[in-house]
Amino acid sequence: MLHLTIEFSGGAELLFNNVKKHQIELPDNRKWTIKDLLAWIKDNLLKQKPELFIQDETIRPGILILVNDSDWDLLGNLTYELNDNDNITFISTLHGG
Amino acid sequence: MPINCIRCEKNKAILKRPKTGDAMCKECFFFVFEEEIHKTITDSSIFKSGEKIGIGASGGKDSTVLAYVLKTLNERHNYGLELILISVDEGITGYRDDSLESVKRNQVEYNLPLKVVTYDELYGWTMDEIVKKVGRKNNCTFCGVFRRQALDRGGLLLGVNKIVTGHNADDLAETVLMNILRGDIGRLQRCTSITTGNEGAIPRCKPFKYTYEKEIVMYAYFKKLDYFSTECVYSPNAYRGYARAFIKDLEAIRPRSIIDIIHSGEKLAVKKDAKLPVQGICERCGYISSMNLCKACNLLEGLNRGLPKLGIGKTQRLRKIYNLSPSYSLNSSMNNLSLTSSQMSLNEESCCDRGQNNNQSCCSDKNVSCQSKQTSNRLEVIPDF
Repeated sequence: MLHLTIEFSGGAELLFNNVKKHQIELPDNRKWTIKDLLAWIKDNLLKQKPELFIQDETIRPGILILVNDSDWDLLGNLTYELNDNDNITFISTLHGG
Repeated sequence: MPINCIRCEKNKAILKRPKTGDAMCKECFFFVFEEEIHKTITDSSIFKSGEKIGIGASGGKDSTVLAYVLKTLNERHNYGLELILISVDEGITGYRDDSLESVKRNQVEYNLPLKVVTYDELYGWTMDEIVKKVGRKNNCTFCGVFRRQALDRGGLLLGVNKIVTGHNADDLAETVLMNILRGDIGRLQRCTSITTGNEGAIPRCKPFKYTYEKEIVMYAYFKKLDYFSTECVYSPNAYRGYARAFIKDLEAIRPRSIIDIIHSGEKLAVKKDAKLPVQGICERCGYISSMNLCKACNLLEGLNRGLPKLGIGKTQRLRKIYNLSPSYSLNSSMNNLSLTSSQMSLNEESCCDRGQNNNQSCCSDKNVSCQSKQTSNRLEVIPDF
């Protein structure tokens, strides 16, 4: 199994019943990219309003993604291939200033 | 394959900077982020040594990072500033309560004094009470108008020379666009200035005017700064929401768009024969206003008379219906607060003040000034964006 830690903050957690940290396991009989993970999150973790999280099969603009504390923009965005024990953080920039 | 920082060429990069596309490590990012803000501050000479500066503090990401960075730069570069946090408590249960807690934690952590001004003490009404009267349609108008004056009054009580707010580059790009969409030439001209409200009022500065929201959030994340994020419990401003989503979509395709929109706004020149608003003073409270009564006094009059729609929309028509004179005297706490124009002259604000002490979702909707424009054929004077 692929063990991942998924964290939501900056207001993104509001879409996930206010739960910030999720430990998940994905079957390792296939490769998982961030794009696949987004679809999985939408089907399995998201509690409400999917359009506030995913738009046009990518993350909604304004939500930042970090993989092991690195900007996903440095890692190929949607095409990044997940490894065991990766930590994926979603930070909304869209909430209150 | 990890990418190395383009600045130190040693450490692993953790961030792609939206403004430049540069990959940077954590330490270089902190340094460059802070020094760019220092450059903005020194290039525009917004502060003078010995000044007392009020930081509009909402407990949100922008003002939290602003307080932290200003304190850091003040010490590093010997600005000689006295920094004070000013918070506005709108009286929104479950929203402001929590964010004020976060401001109070910042107060302790950054060792800065804090002043909280409440709508209740200033106006005799909390936002919760106002929403009960006006419903959820125009509540953001009240909140936005009252907030701006509240921050000014807080600043006045503390005797600050300037108020700084955490409005960032994304906010500013959004505001440039909104002013274009509304044909609001007066605001379009002013909104990109780093300092607004020079004439009489407490000047407002935006040290983050070139700072991307993404970097502010990343900075707060990597510095583990404690901030509060939630939507205002009352309805969001749909118009600003669209502008915001549009800017974010543009940024996703081309991150430079944000800074380019700001530059366009800065370079726009208004034709000499364009009609611009005439500035006057509110006859009741002395706040700068283009009408006899400033927006806040107008709204308060409506609330206190049990006609909450009064300050919203076609005020002149409503005044006719209810046969109100513009100088109708208020038996409200506003009278106690009235200051003469020599004591202060503040700027009327009916537009949103997103950033500090305010939330993007809790902005006034601009129907107010659009409609009053139609009826009065005069623009209102708002120095902020």
